[in-house]
Amino acid sequence: MIWVVAWNTFREAVRDRVLYNLIFFALLMIAATVLVGQISIGIEHLVIVNLGLTAISVFGLVMAIFIGVGLVYKEIDKRTLYALLARPLRRRQFLVGKYAGLLLTLAVNTALMTLGLAVALFYVSRTFVRSDLSILVAVYFILLKLALVTALALLFSCFSTPMLSTVFTLGLYLAGIFSTDIRSFGEVTESPALGAATKSLYYLLPNFNNFNAIAAAAYGRQIPLVLVAQNTAYAAIYITLVLLAAAAIFSNRNLK
Amino acid sequence: MQAAIEINELTKDYCLGFWRKRPRRALDGLTLTIEEGEVFGFLGPNGAGKTTTLKLLMGLIFPTSGGARILGRQIEDVSMHHDVGYLPEQPYFYDYLTARELLDYFARFFRLSAEERRRRIGSLLDLVGLSSAADVQLRRYSKGMLQRIGVAQAILHQPRVVFLDEPMSGLDPVGRREVRDIILDLKRQGRTIFFSTHILPDAEMLCDRVAVLVGGKLQGVGSPEQIVSIEVESLEVLFELPAGSALPPALEAAATQTGARYRIQVPEAQLYDALEGLRTARARIISVSQLKPTLEDFFLRLVGGEQRRHAVEISGGGS
Repeated sequence: MIWVVAWNTFREAVRDRVLYNLIFFALLMIAATVLVGQISIGIEHLVIVNLGLTAISVFGLVMAIFIGVGLVYKEIDKRTLYALLARPLRRRQFLVGKYAGLLLTLAVNTALMTLGLAVALFYVSRTFVRSDLSILVAVYFILLKLALVTALALLFSCFSTPMLSTVFTLGLYLAGIFSTDIRSFGEVTESPALGAATKSLYYLLPNFNNFNAIAAAAYGRQIPLVLVAQNTAYAAIYITLVLLAAAAIFSNRNLK
Repeated sequence: MQAAIEINELTKDYCLGFWRKRPRRALDGLTLTIEEGEVFGFLGPNGAGKTTTLKLLMGLIFPTSGGARILGRQIEDVSMHHDVGYLPEQPYFYDYLTARELLDYFARFFRLSAEERRRRIGSLLDLVGLSSAADVQLRRYSKGMLQRIGVAQAILHQPRVVFLDEPMSGLDPVGRREVRDIILDLKRQGRTIFFSTHILPDAEMLCDRVAVLVGGKLQGVGSPEQIVSIEVESLEVLFELPAGSALPPALEAAATQTGARYRIQVPEAQLYDALEGLRTARARIISVSQLKPTLEDFFLRLVGGEQRRHAVEISGGGS
């Protein structure tokens, strides 16, 4: 059941020409490879990896938020959900199916962009080295981040308009990036209440800093396996909790 | 025999206003039982609560109180949907899919084999007259075509109970005839059909029983004939007068002449007095027939009464 919904969500994204963003990514990579040779002697590899991974992250983020916030809302607004929920399909199955469908879209999109990055990298370096494997780990971390952002967007999509959901998701994403700073602020304050509040916020907000391995990949630093395991577990637990909350809200919602 | 649909004191309140503090009762204690194999018409003006009832039965909204069972299972049990089909009001489907793809998508929820899906979809597209447009994206479909594909998806899995919300809406006369034939065909197959409509001749023609809902309240349930025969309006007497005869003054005033024939309408209680008057005048009685209101008359009277009552309530509340 979940897979049927997921496949249709993926098909919708493809037919809505969502993957056209790959053209922009390809153009960006071509421009970068041409320019980088002229302006940065000896650091082409660094620039291409940095630019490529940042582009993969930003393009993915835009997709995750802007499609994610409409995942449920659009189905309710256009009333396409009515005929669908008349099938033997639980609301939570529908929700997980929509989530899996967008995740599949993001995964395919990210995989194709990673391929583009590899081609660009090979063009400027003429070879791959062992440390380039950390690029794949960085891409995996980006995917984990996108999976978490998509879950948040889906949660807001269950009870809010796309406009507000975008604001909420983007706000949480930015807060999540600065969650470590929020905690540091609490540690230097003299107010115990503020300290406790910032500490709670730190644990409550999704920590998106954990998923940033772009610099490590660009400098060819190895990313420890334990960090991979920690990030995977963190994302899995956080996503599960967010999806459970989304299912609880959506399962009790009266459709208009 | 097990009831196909049992609705028990089903009530739905919507909360209106910015703070959602103003409740409005959309459905008020609806109790109904529909037997298997029945074609049941759900009649009522716009805003009567018909669509609300269907949405409650399909689990799209949740009741404020009361409940319902379909084929013996609670409406909260989605496994019941294996045996239930539903056409929403003014259906809208994924417009990036073709009709064939949409039906295939919905069929996959019933774990049908690829061969079975292909066979059923082909015959259904034939049935609703969409074979030639089967591979056209739904964004190019007219309202009538969407209604047809809506009917097709509702009966795709051969459900025992079919809910149709205004199935004739948006259809031309040919389309309406086709949907009527589909409903009759489903009835022949022993399926239960529950459909809402405001097209009364369709209800009179198709339904074993109808229910009339006005302002969220059930006004009456019965066969179309039962409902309209609750009250015989009057009797019509058709007669001819021989040359030189004159009608008594009371009948003279009531009679209308068409050629050599006269007709009068009299209340049932005054029939014998009128016949006695005609006998005195040596009239030749051609026929005496009941004048029954049509379902439409009954419906309009109910709606009119409800609106008048509502108006009185409003003016009473304002004073």
